[in-house]
Amino acid sequence: MKRSFLKIMALSGAAACLFPLLSAHAQLRVEISGVGANQIPIAIGQFFDDPAGDNQVTSIIKSDLQRSGLFRVIPSSDLTGESGNVDDARWRALGADAMVGGRLRRVDGRLEVRYRLRDTAKGADLTASALTVNPQFIRLAAHRIADDIFEKLTGIRGPFATRIAYVAKSGNEYRLEVADSDGENAFTAFRDTEPVISPAWSPDGSKLAYVSFNTKKPVVYVQELATRRRIAVANFKGSNSAPAWSPDGRRLAIALARDGLTQVYLINAEGGDLKQLTTAGGSGAINTEPCFSPDGQFIYFTSDRGGGPQIYRMNLDGSDVRRITTAGSYNISPALSPDGKMLSYISRREGQFQVHVLELATSQELRLSDGPLDESPSFAPNGRYVMYASKSGGQGTLSVVAVDGSARYTLSAKAFAIREPAWGPFTK
Amino acid sequence: MSGIKTTASIAALVLLAACSTVKLDDKAAPVEDRNANAASSSSNADTGAVGSGTVDPLNDPTSILAKRSVYFDLDKYVVKSEYNAVVEAHGKYLAGHPERKVIIQGNTDERGGSEYNLALGQKRAEAVRRAMALAGAKDSQMEAVSFGKEKPKAQGSNEAAWAENRRADIAY
Repeated sequence: MKRSFLKIMALSGAAACLFPLLSAHAQLRVEISGVGANQIPIAIGQFFDDPAGDNQVTSIIKSDLQRSGLFRVIPSSDLTGESGNVDDARWRALGADAMVGGRLRRVDGRLEVRYRLRDTAKGADLTASALTVNPQFIRLAAHRIADDIFEKLTGIRGPFATRIAYVAKSGNEYRLEVADSDGENAFTAFRDTEPVISPAWSPDGSKLAYVSFNTKKPVVYVQELATRRRIAVANFKGSNSAPAWSPDGRRLAIALARDGLTQVYLINAEGGDLKQLTTAGGSGAINTEPCFSPDGQFIYFTSDRGGGPQIYRMNLDGSDVRRITTAGSYNISPALSPDGKMLSYISRREGQFQVHVLELATSQELRLSDGPLDESPSFAPNGRYVMYASKSGGQGTLSVVAVDGSARYTLSAKAFAIREPAWGPFTK
Repeated sequence: MSGIKTTASIAALVLLAACSTVKLDDKAAPVEDRNANAASSSSNADTGAVGSGTVDPLNDPTSILAKRSVYFDLDKYVVKSEYNAVVEAHGKYLAGHPERKVIIQGNTDERGGSEYNLALGQKRAEAVRRAMALAGAKDSQMEAVSFGKEKPKAQGSNEAAWAENRRADIAY
């Protein structure tokens, strides 16, 4: 098999890192099952010289925007360019409040994409930009353009040019995979015949921490994606699990059972300098699933100190423990939104495990999923979507839902189950 | 294919990396395949051990030590009285065989999150470990770990499968 490389790089042409692409995969299938109520009608014309046959750039931009739930893409097969006069009235007549046009060009072996985003009501361009990439990053270029359009029209940073990690299982093989946010371009970061769980992205997106059962017990590893170098950062007696990065990327909060029951600790991201934050106490409590608040001030975690599992918050030295979730008798898997204002978690209600979000300031709770066996919520870096694992027809799939519940889609694979999703950070 | 080669070298790396941070007495954790172990070595012991009077009771399929699974009730983490004899026998065996080591592997059914179930499986393994310690096994001979819901013995989403998977195994 020919060795190929997937390179993610700054579009300005600055620093780049290499990702060895071990094997090509069947891509994940996207299915949209719910859309937002207030959608922006947008027409995306066919870009000039978009690679023959599949209009790759145009169709990626369309599907990104459509999937987000915030846009209604108006069908158009018109060739529309990045400049020149526009008959705004004609686009308005088609129902389009906004229009996108563009052109692809080869420049010294690289690919230049020029595009415009036009407000057809105002009759003015909101963006007229260009970006240049190596031809194999044509998908990334399209996601960047979709991000720009998303941001210009909603005021929210676009989530498309980001990556996700998840665990795929087929037969007896477990693969830790990294893919684009739409499930394309998947590559395998680690594969094994023992389970892999709990991937967590370093804040700069260069590493994944995860738990592997490779040595017949759970051990926490940190792996650099570019070099594939991995180290066991927590391999103590008993189980080692639940890694979560500090916002500065220097430390991990983890769960260890070295003294009996599972407790939360802090450890350096390269291992060492272990600090215990929780204890079992008289009731023999489990404390696990730590996650940092984005400001680095608090650690949220799951504890059964009050009987069933609930989500609590503590300071980084383990002091000032406060209970956060109050509704329901089983709340686990806390995830904080990037602005620190929302908590997402799994709540068991009437036997159904479902994704909920809690607005921390108001304690308003919203159920985002229908169960029955949903797991592992993870926020998009723009805070507007939650990705989680669900089971449909016995097969594991990934679902994405808008935090207001307005839009929903799933990523699934025919031949294998996928679970344990983690949405990566924005990349420059 | 390049994929296989790379995986192999990664495994080597892992072993290397593990050495630097490990802090373990489970290094010599013996084979996990309990059935194969028991079957093959018991027949060897019977026929091959000329002159040595003692047969390791661990290899005797009729011994209580052949029982190595402890089952738990739903949402329960205490060793039920019906397993007291099994757990005590293993504890006493370890006390009498200080060179032997075990890994106690806790498991849960498939419902709920991976990490919380991992902690619950650990709680079961820990309950068995403590009971064995009371019977005389030393801490250095035992390691309690959890597989959570990740390695179900019984597949399926029904009460029978769930009950089978609420379990801790004593692995020599």
